[in-house]
Amino acid sequence: MDINEKNIKKWSTVGARPTFGLALMDLAEEQENLMVLTADVSTSAGLDRYRKKWPDKYLDVGIAEQNMMAVATGLAKEGFSVVTTTFAPFQTMRCLEQIRVNQGYMQIPLVIVGLASGIYHCYLGNTHCCIEDVSIMRAIPNVSVMVPADGLSVVKIVKSAVDSEKTIYIRLTGGSNLPIIYHEDCEFYLGGSNMIQKGERVAILANGTMVNQALEAAKLLELIKIKPTIIDMYSVKPLDEERLDSLSGYELIVTIEEHSTVGGLGAAVAEYLIQKKNAPQMLMLGIRDFFPHASEYTDALEICGLQPGQIRDVIEEKLKEGKNESY
Amino acid sequence: MEKVNFEEIERFAYKMRRHALRMSYAAGAHAVHFGAGMSMIDILAVLYGKVLRYDVLQPEWENRDRFILSKGHGVIGYYAALAEAGFIPESELDMFEHGDTYLMGHPIYNPQHGIEFTNGSLGMGLGLGVGTALAGKRRGQTYRTYVIVGDGEMDEGAVWEAIMSAPQFQLNNLCLIVDRNHFQLGGETKEIMEHHNLKEKLISFGWNVFEIDGHNYEEIYEAAVSVGEGEAPTAIIANTMKGKGFSFSENNNGWHHAVLTAKQYEQALQELENAYGH
Repeated sequence: MDINEKNIKKWSTVGARPTFGLALMDLAEEQENLMVLTADVSTSAGLDRYRKKWPDKYLDVGIAEQNMMAVATGLAKEGFSVVTTTFAPFQTMRCLEQIRVNQGYMQIPLVIVGLASGIYHCYLGNTHCCIEDVSIMRAIPNVSVMVPADGLSVVKIVKSAVDSEKTIYIRLTGGSNLPIIYHEDCEFYLGGSNMIQKGERVAILANGTMVNQALEAAKLLELIKIKPTIIDMYSVKPLDEERLDSLSGYELIVTIEEHSTVGGLGAAVAEYLIQKKNAPQMLMLGIRDFFPHASEYTDALEICGLQPGQIRDVIEEKLKEGKNESY
Repeated sequence: MEKVNFEEIERFAYKMRRHALRMSYAAGAHAVHFGAGMSMIDILAVLYGKVLRYDVLQPEWENRDRFILSKGHGVIGYYAALAEAGFIPESELDMFEHGDTYLMGHPIYNPQHGIEFTNGSLGMGLGLGVGTALAGKRRGQTYRTYVIVGDGEMDEGAVWEAIMSAPQFQLNNLCLIVDRNHFQLGGETKEIMEHHNLKEKLISFGWNVFEIDGHNYEEIYEAAVSVGEGEAPTAIIANTMKGKGFSFSENNNGWHHAVLTAKQYEQALQELENAYGH
């Protein structure tokens, strides 16, 4: 899979899930031991072509996520390089204890891919949304969490995860026509982050779909002479602590995530910064501990306060507040 | 069928019970899952004594048969088998549940000592066995995978997901052994969650099913070596007695998890000598 302008455009047009399928098609060519497991979601995961081309490197376990994770662990322990996938709530919560024991405690590595996470599927109801996966997965020792922001980052993160021989949960967000964040090749690694835009006073840390929301909010902030720094925190666990240390001179650090504010990216950043002397003030934006009810994604984002204008408003307000505070 | 010296298996089981008692006594105030360990000792004696292919000097030999203890709380039976087979030095059994030991109260993945997987949270082992057996099939390897599940453990839904999947993946290299000791933590399985027609259930899921006396070496052996003869995975319902081997613990669910006193330890050793020591 060449990384060029045409492919980058294609991946973002088709969205994260079909791009994931394309990345696996490519990996299967290179990896003799690759095995991809799904729980009856080959179409949803962009894997229909894959399962036809690589029947020996594919296994559908039926709608049985606990068994999928156990079977995957057995295969991985015997030397297969295993990727599992289904919709994010089922991939992380239905089989959570299997992941805890087999990947966390026993440390048998798997690449675990949660599909359609966040609130993109709000029209299906919250059974098919997932606003807790980052929080839950990062609580398990020996399990890492990565959240790609566009098509190129899906390709790069999936490939690096398979090569890593570690357990990494990859959270896919958004639908088709993902805005392109990376127009050319870029490095992605566990514990890394990427500076998307350099500004001052405010540093916005986001991942997944929220990187683009941050860019859109930044355009609005620039109208009032605030140019924020924007960082893609695609690795939530481990966090890029060096990057966080470099932000000590900012007035405000803003985290934005299409995830609950309980235990997600914002919480992870706060857990680190709270231990630092004179760390900047933080503003944590995300879904504030409720199940949003809306049938359109844009409306759901609005309900959660995650549209660019809303993000601009709270940042502006927070900066004003900060100036008035005496402590 | 190969002529098997069942006296050797009896001797193996006798020594395993001595090892299991030693660990039970060593556990002291931590207490020990006594009954569930003792109920499956005869099954493990047949497996480790005569059925499983393994090499203690090459514990990760790729063609070894894989054994998975899904009912991880039966661990004194498992460690006893591994000790008698030579994977665990006998002197280390006294470290059971103490200090910086690898011999915890539930098994922890430790290939050098022959422990294939971490288990303890019930319901997880058979799915691991399905994956292990499937890996062998996809690679054309000849090893077999044996998994012991408790009858109480079969309340867990994940066990049935795995039972459903093994025939689907044509895993005739997989053997499920149900240690059916008729008890679980809170009482008799028939009181808490009865598994009606277990044999018929497993047959209807597509397994080749044996129902045997889980303390009869010959019956255990014949069922265990039949793995791979047909197209279907093998299930062995082994009817056993919880706490088997000692007058105070047989069918006494008070010994599910209990402290073995010095006096009881002496009594148990004496009963063992009377029954097997010859």
